[in-house]
This record gives sequence, C-alpha cells and structure tokens, in this order.
Amino acid sequence: MSTFSKEHLEFIKQKKKEKRKIVLFRTLSLLLFLGLWEFSVKEKWLNTFLFSSPSLVLQTVVKLFQTNDLWEHIFITIYETVLSFGISSFLGISIAGILWWNKVLAKVVDPYLTVLNALPKVALGPLIIIWVGASTNSIIFMALLIATFLSIIDIYQSFISTENNYITLMKSFHATKKQIFFQVVLPSNYQNIINSLKINIGMSFIGVIMGELLVSKKGLGYLIMYGSQVFNINLVITAVVILGVISYFMYFVIDKLEQKIKR
Amino acid sequence: MSILKVAHLSKNYHDLKDEIKALKDISFEMEDQEFISIVGPSGCGKSTLLSILSGLDKASSGTIEFSKKNCKIGYMLQKDSLFPWKTVYENCLIGLKIEGPIQEEDKKEVLRLLKTYGLYEFKDKYPKSLSGGMRQRVALIRTLAIKPDILLLDEPFSALDYQTRLALSEDVYNIIKKEKKTAIMVTHDLAEAISMSNRILIFSKRPSTVKKIYKVQLTNRKGPINNRKCPEFNTYYDLIWRDLDVHI
Repeated sequence: MSTFSKEHLEFIKQKKKEKRKIVLFRTLSLLLFLGLWEFSVKEKWLNTFLFSSPSLVLQTVVKLFQTNDLWEHIFITIYETVLSFGISSFLGISIAGILWWNKVLAKVVDPYLTVLNALPKVALGPLIIIWVGASTNSIIFMALLIATFLSIIDIYQSFISTENNYITLMKSFHATKKQIFFQVVLPSNYQNIINSLKINIGMSFIGVIMGELLVSKKGLGYLIMYGSQVFNINLVITAVVILGVISYFMYFVIDKLEQKIKR
Repeated sequence: MSILKVAHLSKNYHDLKDEIKALKDISFEMEDQEFISIVGPSGCGKSTLLSILSGLDKASSGTIEFSKKNCKIGYMLQKDSLFPWKTVYENCLIGLKIEGPIQEEDKKEVLRLLKTYGLYEFKDKYPKSLSGGMRQRVALIRTLAIKPDILLLDEPFSALDYQTRLALSEDVYNIIKKEKKTAIMVTHDLAEAISMSNRILIFSKRPSTVKKIYKVQLTNRKGPINNRKCPEFNTYYDLIWRDLDVHI
C-alpha cells in the first residue's frame, strides 16, 4: 500500500470523494421528494384522499404488517415472478438452441415469433382467464407470454452471431453440431445470456403484476386492484412503493450474482 | 513417394444471381515432409483450396488422393481463434477433446509441445494475457496436438506485426521441420514463401489454375530468416513478382 505515489493516493481520494457525493445527493433528493410530498399534503395543497402521503404509506405498511398480510402478498408476488423467470429462461435458452440447430425451422417461425412478441399480451387477458381459469396459473401464464418470446428472440440472435471463426475452427476438427453448440455457441454467449436474463426478470415481474391485476386474491398486484376498487389510495401507493423496493432488490441480487459468477 | 495427389480439382460458388468459378483444373502432388507455399492474387481461391483439402468445403469436380488411409489434416486459420473462456492448455486440447476422451499420452504430448516452444509457464493463463505471436504458437500447438499428417496454414502470420512475423515464421518453420510434418501454406508475402518453402505454386486470377510451380533451390538452406540472405532469393522474388502480374 505504502508503495503508491502521492499522486495515486490523491487520485483514489478524489474518486472516493466523488462516490460519497453521489450517495449524498441520491439520499438528499429522495428526502427532498418525500419531504415536499408530506409538506404539500399537510398544507392542503394536495388532497390526501387522492395523493396519500409518506406518513400514511408508512402507517399502511405497519397495519399490513400487523395483520400479517404484508409478507404473504410480497411472498406470493416474488414467488410467481421467480417461477415465471425460471420457466421462461429455460424455455428461452432451449428454444433458441433448437432454432439455432434447425435454420429452416427458425425461418419458418420467425414471423410468428415477431408477431407474438409485438402483440400486447394484456389483450389476451380475458382469454387466458377463460382458458386457464382464474388462478395463479393464469398469472404465471401471462408472465410467461410476456417474458418468453423476448427471451427466445434475444438469445437466438446472440446464438446466430457467434464468432464465425470459432465455428470454422471446430468444423476443421470435424466437430459435430452438438459439440459446436455446447463447446462454442453456449460458452461464448455466456455474457449475452446473462444480459438477456436480466431483461427477462424485469419482464416476468411486469407479467406477474399484469396477471395479478387481472385475476388474483393475493399479491401486490391484487393490493393495487383492490385498493383502487375501494378507493383506498393509501393501499395503492403503498403497494407501488413496495414494488419499487422489490425491483431494486431484484436488480441488486442479480448484479451480485453476476459478479460472483464472473469472479 | 507422394503423400497427397490433387487432380483436376475445380470449385464453383453459387448464389441466386450468379455462379462464381473459384478454382479450375488444379493439379499437383506433394511429397512427404515437403513444405509448399501457394501465392496468387487476392481473392483467387487459395484459401478455398485449403478448405476443400481440410474437408470444410466440397469440390465441384476433381479428385484428392491421400497415400495414407485416414490421413489427418491439421488446419491453422488466419486468426488464432483461441477460446477466451479456456486456458492455453485447454485450448490446445480442443481438437483432441472433439475426437473423444483424451488419452493420457496425448496430454503429455501437448505438455511437451508447450514446454518445447516456451509456453509451459503460460499453460494455465487465459489467451488474453498472451501476445499475438504467442497466441499463434498456441494455435499451432492446438493444430499439432491431433497429430496431423498434413498441415494447412492459411496466412498464419498476416495478423502480426513485421518483427513478430519474422520471428514466428522462423519458429513455425522449425517446429514443422522438427515434428517432421508436411505443410501447405497460403500467403501473400513472397519473401515468406521463398524463405520457407521447398516448392511454390503460383495461382492465376479467378478462375484459378496453377500457373507455375517453382522448386526453390537455395545454397546454404537454413531457417527462413537466414534463407533471405541466399543469393538466389532475389532472383526468385523477381520471377514470382512478374508471374503475379500485378497492375496497380
């Protein structure tokens, strides 16, 4: 440590200072926003009934916590998200692999994939309820619809843009297609797959909430729907805030996981 | 005794609009442990010939005969194409791994090659920490690991700077001679071709044919760098340059 020059130490100090500054301003801006919100409600600039307030949100959280409902709703939503994420990631990677394997099939299904991906899946909501039934299954189904096609398209794109020289090299050793896939295509697209999974978890989350808004008896989406129906804005905003916290948490976990895998 | 016999080989490429004749009536023979270079104008189908010989591509007509049954071909590409997610040692074993379970003696052989050619201490490093010349040497060891009877070198030095290129051509030449391999090299560099080869095939413009074959006879033949000082070197250079018929 002591071998660093003065200039280098100064540089590190500067960097740390910059980092502290960013954290400080992040916290300050959040506090400012919450303060302004609370203040405008107190001063009756904003209607509590329509806009709630930070203190009311906090009260709602405490109430939910006391009635033991809070964790259940959060758990259900996260459970559904993780399940959809797992299934859609598996489907995404394996179907992309199959399409890589069979170029003709890939060309045949290309327009279908494009349409299915672009189609607003909410439009299928009523149909899903009729077909799958008003249960957790429809929520998962909705999330899968939203997340899977994007995953397939994304991962397939990276599969087919695998460095051609690697594949030529494998072929020059008379590698089979299976060997090429598992020894080159998959490992060389490792980073791309992770990136695609990152998008996928967000999509699964969106899908689950959308599903919960349509049909559910538990979960944060249900809280939002229920809250809006009985005009309990506190509940709606509380659920939205919790969703925000969960999103950040999921991002955090994935980021840490990625760093851990990368070492 | 010839190890390889190519007769009346031609190759056409097709797309919806056009048919391109890349090779036309290529014939030549090759002796065991001979080093042949192929030079010719850009895009004349030199690399096409190598891909056909290696089995990556199919000839439109003509025959290729190997004297040995199951003659093994090692193909060294222009880019080293080392897999960044594998260590140097693992990269060297790729060809063997594709063939099936790796034998203990093959592993030993690869380690010997790494040792002999100064890469042993880097065997557990990843390719990104190697210099261009070292990477190309790893690529050569990867090719040699499968014990090929014939080596195909497709502009193996073109991605390197001049000094590395000279040094590496000396290295590769010595490795090939020491391991007693037969080699065909495609190159743009006339000096490289003359200094390394026993014979040089001159290809014509597309559709390519073998325009001329030079047997390179140098007094005091040694390694490639030394061979450049031989009195005949410049004569060959002039002759081949004229054959290539370059108009700028």
